[in-house]
Amino acid sequence: MRVIIPQPLRSYTDEADHVEATGTTLDELLHDLDDQYPGIRFRMINEQDEMRPNIIFFVGGTRTRDIEASLEGAAEVVILHALSGG
Amino acid sequence: MSTEGVPLKSGNVLIVSTRKGIFFLQADPDRRNWELSGPVFLGHIVNHAVLDPRNGQTMIAAAVTGHLGPTVFRSEDAGRTWIEARQPPAFDKAKAGDTPRVVGHTFWLAPGHPSEPGVWFAGTSPQALWTSTDDGRSWASMRGFNDHPDYGKRTEDPQAGTPDGPVLHSILIDPRNSNHMYLGLSGGGVYETTDHGESWTPLNHGMATTSSELNIQDAETMEVAYGDLAWQEMGPQHDPHCVQMHPIDPNVLYQQNHCGIYRLERPGTTWDRIGSNMPAEVGDIGFVMGLHPRDVDVCWVFPMDGTDVWPRTSPDGRPAVFKTRNAGTSWERQDSGLPERGWYTVKRQALSVDEEDSVGVYFGTTSGEVWGSIDEGQSWSCLIAHLPEIYAVEAAVIG
Repeated sequence: MRVIIPQPLRSYTDEADHVEATGTTLDELLHDLDDQYPGIRFRMINEQDEMRPNIIFFVGGTRTRDIEASLEGAAEVVILHALSGG
Repeated sequence: MSTEGVPLKSGNVLIVSTRKGIFFLQADPDRRNWELSGPVFLGHIVNHAVLDPRNGQTMIAAAVTGHLGPTVFRSEDAGRTWIEARQPPAFDKAKAGDTPRVVGHTFWLAPGHPSEPGVWFAGTSPQALWTSTDDGRSWASMRGFNDHPDYGKRTEDPQAGTPDGPVLHSILIDPRNSNHMYLGLSGGGVYETTDHGESWTPLNHGMATTSSELNIQDAETMEVAYGDLAWQEMGPQHDPHCVQMHPIDPNVLYQQNHCGIYRLERPGTTWDRIGSNMPAEVGDIGFVMGLHPRDVDVCWVFPMDGTDVWPRTSPDGRPAVFKTRNAGTSWERQDSGLPERGWYTVKRQALSVDEEDSVGVYFGTTSGEVWGSIDEGQSWSCLIAHLPEIYAVEAAVIG
């Protein structure tokens, strides 16, 4: 599955703006991403398996805050980060 | 994740951690001309970056961004290249019924005892203590502190309102005994261990508290919460900002507290408020302090305005370092070269001293200036300006 990587996380993907990862749920996909790019998951998901406040996921075009969201039928996961701070 | 750093020369370096990355200042041998390198990790909020004095090469940096979770970076070649820790500090996933804890940022880094190469300690917000035994690659919870039954009484509620969150700081290791350590909690007080962190005891006698204006009802509430008068011994009303152990006499501790400047000589257990001897119009509120590497009676502080809503700027907007030569019996103002007026804060990690014959004293400001003195504070010059907000300055020596 195609995963769109936001600019702040591309230091993990050798600057690739999209990568491939697999999983039946968003959580599985994020673990697969972390296997490929160690450390990337913890920057997005905290130790309580909660999405960090400024990270947003779209699965097949639908926004979700559920890390267990199914990826069935989705062709793409988009990771976005909020534009905030100073 | 790996990142290119900067090549640095052997010798003295100031490691300047800022809200927007790490900068390095290196001097010529007489310390009169300083060269700036960096930034490394531009855009990352770096609370602390430390060079390991045991090898002069390993650096560890605590970083977070506005969007991404907290992490730790490490360099094995004195800052030339950096790689992310495999396992940065992170709490266990909460079991049912437990309060979930999430590391907001790593705040303090401390190399371990010289007899324990590769050992490091870290303090975070929320307040927790971590250790690494593999030179910062992975970090483990020190459960004797983090999971103690009194954790909630010793530490400050992350929602309590301390700016940037309550922090665990000033992890001090006795050079005579690796099992003997101190730490500071802001708020929460000073704690001591003699078993390498398995158990901790409060060391707060004599310290004024942030709740000194408690009314009777508040006191009763605290006694109910803490039992008897235990709240006077521990709890978030104690607020050490910076604690230091003297390198040549580890029995001597100095402390810049929210409520004054203190000194304690062990095995004594009652802090002496040496800040009472500061000029009344200046007071003894501040964040930072620095100790002379060879004279146990000398320390420097940078007082700030703790009146009204706590502006955290120099009293009357007149920046000055104050130095004692006699363990706090008297203090002298050292402001030659500093601006007549300046409205900035020097944060608790942002003053450092070197070990040269004429000791260099350096501090970084929230307005992005690094000031230095190579005559033990008698005169000051601005080494660099226009950096981002400075969180920490570490004087170190690259091997």
